Amino acid sequence: MNVTVYALSTCIHCKNAKQYLDERKVPYEAIHVDKTEGDERKKLVEEVKKYNPACSFPTIVVNGGDRVIVGFRKNELEEALGL
Amino acid sequence: MTAQQLYQALKKIQEPKGCYFNRDLENMTMPLLESLLENKTRYGYMACPCRIASGDYEQDRDIICPCVYREPDMEEYGACFCGLYVTREWNNEPAEEHAYVPERRPPEKIVF
Repeated sequence: MNVTVYALSTCIHCKNAKQYLDERKVPYEAIHVDKTEGDERKKLVEEVKKYNPACSFPTIVVNGGDRVIVGFRKNELEEALGL
Repeated sequence: MTAQQLYQALKKIQEPKGCYFNRDLENMTMPLLESLLENKTRYGYMACPCRIASGDYEQDRDIICPCVYREPDMEEYGACFCGLYVTREWNNEPAEEHAYVPERRPPEKIVF
């Protein structure tokens, strides 16, 4: 299973979601959009909007978009990741 | 300024307006206040830590804390999008009764 977390380094819901995945030992790639600049940031914002039109964080993408979980929602994560 | 100083200063201003800090100081309020100070250093103003700021003051006006969405969010959900500001009632409810606050900011506002 492939998990990407689009996050902001300052966002508490992102921090809590990452911490939760760490605790559950779920490997994931965290992309901190606010740590990027210029074209890279623009590209990432477009990418997040594709999965989550509201472009809110965290946006958690499972297997390239099979499931998209918006915000830190434990129940949805558990279900999507089979935890 | 430290997060503790910011806490004291904002508490005095916001509580009379009915906006209380999240009772979870350790895991929510203090880290969020730290993030607000980080954004102040980064952008020059306290942009919402849970939203992507452009760095352009005019463009980010609506998400400078307290953001313009705080009032409708608190009215509907009892908490702002970040969960930094909540109503007194929200603070008294068990955590499991708290609803997720969805993003209210129109995505068109996010322009780079």
